[in-house]
Amino acid sequence: MNARIEVVAIDCLMVRLFEVIEESNMPWLLAASQRLRAVFAGNLVDLVPSYTTLMVQFDLLVLSPNEARGLIAEALTDLQPDSAGAGQSHEIPVWYDLSVGPELALLAGRSGLPQAEVIRRHCAHEYQVFALGFAPGFAFMGLVDESLAAPRLATPRKRVAAGSVGIAERQTAAYPAASPGGWNLIGRTPSTLFDRQREGFSLLQPGDRVRFVAVDRATFVNLGGDDTPLECPP
Amino acid sequence: MSGLLIEASNPLCLLQDAGRFGVRHLGVTQGGALDWVSMRWANGLLGNAPGAAVVEVTLGGFGVVAEADCVLALAGGDLDARIDGQPLKPWRSFVLRKGQRLQLSQPLSGARAYLAAPGGFDAPQVLGSCASVVREELGGLDGQGKALAKGERLSWAGAAPGVREVPPALRPSLCGDGVLDLIVGAQIGDFAGQSLFEAFNRAFTLDSRADRMGIRLLGPALKYQGAPMISEGIPLGAVQVPPDGQPIVLLNDRQTIGGYPRLGALTPLSLARLAQCLPGAQVRFRAVVQALAWEEHRQYLQRFADF
Repeated sequence: MNARIEVVAIDCLMVRLFEVIEESNMPWLLAASQRLRAVFAGNLVDLVPSYTTLMVQFDLLVLSPNEARGLIAEALTDLQPDSAGAGQSHEIPVWYDLSVGPELALLAGRSGLPQAEVIRRHCAHEYQVFALGFAPGFAFMGLVDESLAAPRLATPRKRVAAGSVGIAERQTAAYPAASPGGWNLIGRTPSTLFDRQREGFSLLQPGDRVRFVAVDRATFVNLGGDDTPLECPP
Repeated sequence: MSGLLIEASNPLCLLQDAGRFGVRHLGVTQGGALDWVSMRWANGLLGNAPGAAVVEVTLGGFGVVAEADCVLALAGGDLDARIDGQPLKPWRSFVLRKGQRLQLSQPLSGARAYLAAPGGFDAPQVLGSCASVVREELGGLDGQGKALAKGERLSWAGAAPGVREVPPALRPSLCGDGVLDLIVGAQIGDFAGQSLFEAFNRAFTLDSRADRMGIRLLGPALKYQGAPMISEGIPLGAVQVPPDGQPIVLLNDRQTIGGYPRLGALTPLSLARLAQCLPGAQVRFRAVVQALAWEEHRQYLQRFADF
């Protein structure tokens, strides 16, 4: 593994570990995150993992850019992937239905598969959480089966309901809160994805693994889900 | 009990502090005062911690009435602040008597003013900060990110110190020469040579499309020649270039990751300056390297210590 350290701001350095998105990147990114947190300790202001990179923000009152560079190099020395599978596994219930996931029809049409098969394939894979972004607790997961890949909507919806589960290209995600959004919606989860009272705040953390489980409407509502149909047309 | 009753406000009047840290990996934005230098002076005038909670007023439209005699501080842009109609210049602490009205109405110079109270305004800490981020429903008086509203009360717990002012020599110039120091880095090597020349030799105009997420700049279209990018962390002040070639400076409420190429990032001092510029202002980028920008920043901080 050949990491590069790049300048990005007065107190930020980018650690570039990979060039392409692969599920196999995650054990390395997790291991590097843990090492960086340990080495920087209290002088780490923020650590932002993404698909192929880790952005390190250090305390500029304590460390010079050069010293931060040195600590990063130290953290990456003899790095081994975290193959023990640090990161938690989650099962996330989803009510797949056209009333809350109108693009089920679109994905079925594109792939030539029955809707039930689209759902089965979305549930069949254990996804990796590559990164969180866009909104608090919004986890970019992948990789979705190629038959289900679809570009984002040409015109994003002004409002997507909280819990909406969608697909964009070969990634999948659930919206933690109502927001504008351009992903292809296929269902809705009753799970609370971001909760300021929860330890760690976000249900899903970078490096976690996620499997979606199809549930019926009654179960969805019992679990606290809001079955109000999606209002905004795509 | 000290307090201010808000009589006028708008969506750009926000409770802010130094921002939210340690949660960027969860997709939570930074938030915090856009002009951190002025926030710091407002707090420094009262002996507060540098990042104590302040009110950020953008362009004006904010008014309060005092419920008891109190000492407050005002720093940053001159938004035509008045106490019962009498002009009040920023960069000082001042007494507001019970029943007196403080109003900030329009930008005479700069764009943002910071109002501080002894010990900082009371607000719940949400994920370690009271910075208001409307989009994320975090921070503010109610913890749900809302802007300050007419009828709400601002309170604080600190004891009132004597009044003083920031010596003119220590005050920042508000958008004086319009030069923004850009720490070169990120994907700068993947821009066309001509675009790099233009980026550092031509002026850019601040667009009216500007908010706490970012400020769009209009000027020569900059051409990125590298491969499409995979989303990665975005630092404060990142100068990103979307496909239309018009740069956007990303500010405190930016998204945490993104996939547009960047020339680098502005220095914190330049960001404070930019936060005081109005749409239509002209700015130029000056290339600086990280190590020197860091030295200059550390040196600048000394003036707060010396006050």
